[in-house]
Amino acid sequence: MRAFAYERPATLADAVTVLGDGGPDARPLAGGTDLIIRLRDGSIQPRVVVDLKWIAELDREIRDGDDRLTIGARTVMTDLAADRRIRREFPALAEAAAVVGAVQIRNRATLAGNICNASPAADTAPALLVYDATVLVAGPGGSRQIPIDAFFVRSGVTTLVRGEVVTAIELPRAASSPGAVHLRRTRRRGHDLASVTLACAVQADGTTRLAYGSLGPRPVLVTDVTGVLADPAAPERAKVERLDTLFVAASPSARSMRASPDYRLAMLHVLGLRAVGIALGRLADGANAR
Amino acid sequence: MTIQPIEVTVNGRARRIDVAPHHTLLEVLRDDLGLTGTKECCLVGECGACTVLVDGVSVDSCLMLAVEADGATVGTVEGIATGDRLHRLQQAFLDTGAAQCGFCIPGQLISAQALLALTPHPTRAEIEEGLAGNLCRCAGYEQIIEAVQAAAAADPAASQGAAER
Repeated sequence: MRAFAYERPATLADAVTVLGDGGPDARPLAGGTDLIIRLRDGSIQPRVVVDLKWIAELDREIRDGDDRLTIGARTVMTDLAADRRIRREFPALAEAAAVVGAVQIRNRATLAGNICNASPAADTAPALLVYDATVLVAGPGGSRQIPIDAFFVRSGVTTLVRGEVVTAIELPRAASSPGAVHLRRTRRRGHDLASVTLACAVQADGTTRLAYGSLGPRPVLVTDVTGVLADPAAPERAKVERLDTLFVAASPSARSMRASPDYRLAMLHVLGLRAVGIALGRLADGANAR
Repeated sequence: MTIQPIEVTVNGRARRIDVAPHHTLLEVLRDDLGLTGTKECCLVGECGACTVLVDGVSVDSCLMLAVEADGATVGTVEGIATGDRLHRLQQAFLDTGAAQCGFCIPGQLISAQALLALTPHPTRAEIEEGLAGNLCRCAGYEQIIEAVQAAAAADPAASQGAAER
């Protein structure tokens, strides 16, 4: 690995200054499970690595609010997958966090890092999209909020500007929880990157939100407001046709070695239909529980 | 190149060492501290041969800079046994023939130790999931799973209460 300087700012303001001054020569470090691979293979060669784990304002807590849950920027996948509130109210996110890498990766990898790395295959991205998460950011221009759908640009690129740091991710608490699920397709069981990663949330008002990754340069959110997908009595043929329309923009790369474009597209439709069925079942179970 | 002093407790022994910021915890354990039980293999966080405990949780030491371990407690395979007495996991790995070429075993042992600390009596599925980040290219998975099951069954805390370790 090429040598670099290491900075350990104690405050958010210091981190923003160091990252802002360094620009592309400065790289933020949270869990490091993506960054250190790229440092080692030489695909990035920063002058300075800025460790965000000593910043007082950044924590790994999941905080309760009346209308939202706030996930601190240093929260790791293991904690996310185990949190009772996330599992109960945002099961698709808990399920996604539980399949990122293996135990050793989940013990280090952060949710904030997963979205900042902006891999098209990021497993937590579809869940955050269907739950309409908001990314809280601090930077040279002060703090701002970015809707998750406006955060991803393409592989490795987000709408964060120079010097900006993600401080937390907020999940809005719906008046009635949707039925939701995360599903994915990998080459093998256990530890693998997704060939298709997908989340679905069916709301009680008949709206269905689906988001998928690993089928184009960024994860994509689509919404069905016709009520067809959310209708337990609608024929499967109608749902398949609805999904065909919703998934029309999926454009898997032919260059990825994990799966062919044809396979990914086929599995997207299979997983989409399956996810709608599971989400509907969970919506019904949740309604029964109330 | 700047050198960073760090304080780290490795297998119970407090150390103060100078490390280069671009050296991983794996490199410092093996090259600076001579703890070569932890293995270098894939270097991308897939194989688990470099698994160590940091503050009690398992991590891939190839994906962590040594400077990040400043102030932490690190456990490696060298710290599992008590003197000449093998840890029950080590004994179980021997008894079931889980070690073939042996290269992945330090990582398997550390992951198994982390698993049993959280889940003293794991199901087979929990063992498979707990060790999913540790590859064995001899494909000795069945014996490794049997070993973890045997070690869990030999848990002294289960039969005698928590008096002994």
